[in-house]
Amino acid sequence: MARYDSLLDASGGTPLVGLPRLAPAVPAGAPPVRLWAKLEDRNPTGSIKDRAALFMVRAAEEAGRLRPGATIFEPTSGNTGIALAMVAKLRGYRLVCVLPENVSTERVQLLRMYGAEIIFSPAAGGSNQAVATAKQIAAEHPDWVLLYQYGNEANAKAHYLTTGPELLQDLPTITHFVAGLGTTGTLMGTGRYLREKVAGVQVVAAEPRYGELVYGLRNIDEGYVPELYDASVLTRRFSVGTRDAVLRTRQLVEVEGLFAGLSTGAILHAALAVAHEAVREGRRADVAFVVADAGWKYLSTGAYDGTLAEAEEALEGQLWA
Amino acid sequence: MAIEVRIPTILRSHTGGAKIVEGTGDTLGDLFADLDSRHDGLKGRLVTDTGALHRFVNVYINDEDVRFLGALEAKLNDGDSVTILPAVAGGAPDFAAVAARGLRAGSPAAR
Repeated sequence: MARYDSLLDASGGTPLVGLPRLAPAVPAGAPPVRLWAKLEDRNPTGSIKDRAALFMVRAAEEAGRLRPGATIFEPTSGNTGIALAMVAKLRGYRLVCVLPENVSTERVQLLRMYGAEIIFSPAAGGSNQAVATAKQIAAEHPDWVLLYQYGNEANAKAHYLTTGPELLQDLPTITHFVAGLGTTGTLMGTGRYLREKVAGVQVVAAEPRYGELVYGLRNIDEGYVPELYDASVLTRRFSVGTRDAVLRTRQLVEVEGLFAGLSTGAILHAALAVAHEAVREGRRADVAFVVADAGWKYLSTGAYDGTLAEAEEALEGQLWA
Repeated sequence: MAIEVRIPTILRSHTGGAKIVEGTGDTLGDLFADLDSRHDGLKGRLVTDTGALHRFVNVYINDEDVRFLGALEAKLNDGDSVTILPAVAGGAPDFAAVAARGLRAGSPAAR
């Protein structure tokens, strides 16, 4: 057990646990293939985003962008908003989040509970409306500070300086690191660190593939790649559909007793793919993957009830990662 | 046996509205050429004038991103499944990414 001066100091240092029941069986005499879960739900607000939130706020403080009493402004409906709200509270800042008005009530309740203020953007206008609302707010409040997690180097640096070293210390024999691809901060930071230290390490991305409703009529010419993304850090990238993500999320709790969110199911799906490949090729493997958060926030989505087909239907149109 | 190709909504004007089409080819580039012979203009939406995969298009062979498999040179086998998707943050048209990018592009708060 450990003791910390404050909740902020308790960020990171998460356990790495073996999953011997889920790891693929290897033939007698073949090299071992092992599976390890990095439990990021053990962070102060329950997700891996606490690391990035803390580092982004500290970097802004050091750069003189954030002064006592300042207002942080970030368009986010997810774990980053919740993490920032906690950090802002303890460091003495105000946090304003812009959310689409069709976000789940749990998200709104959690953000408010942690002390964030919320401005809603009309859902009907889609992405263009979101940009317009955010721009208008920024123009009205030029002193508010945008941390911009998709392009903020401190996001990736958090993982370069904490997640990467923790993994190497706990698993010096690591062969594969598997994580989710969103802002890309986790993969860029941890991936760069491990590549510097471990010859031949594989850095594997798992990105969610939603139902058709989510992509809609999105124009290919208006695509978006986060500024932090550097493809040369990755060795492979998997797209994981809703059904596979749900299947693996359920397997994780059924077989190993580990209750995780749906993005973790997608990550596990990619981790198992590389683990099975290692078995087929007779290679030793220590595959470490990220448990990004626990399942609590997703209970109302229907992902944990009924058949796989029913869960897939319930999740159609939802951003589950 | 052919290769099954999943077409995103935005490109179905080239496939007569079809969600899934079939094609053949030893590489992804060959497959796109084959598809273009029946679905006019499709290749031009996926590949740039200089012969590279369009920056904001993601293509997956059996769920794996082709940019890590040789891009247009990626090898195909009968029975493979190819999925084409618009590139978006974290696989989704993420509200936060879109809003933050808009902010960054033109606001004083986004220094």
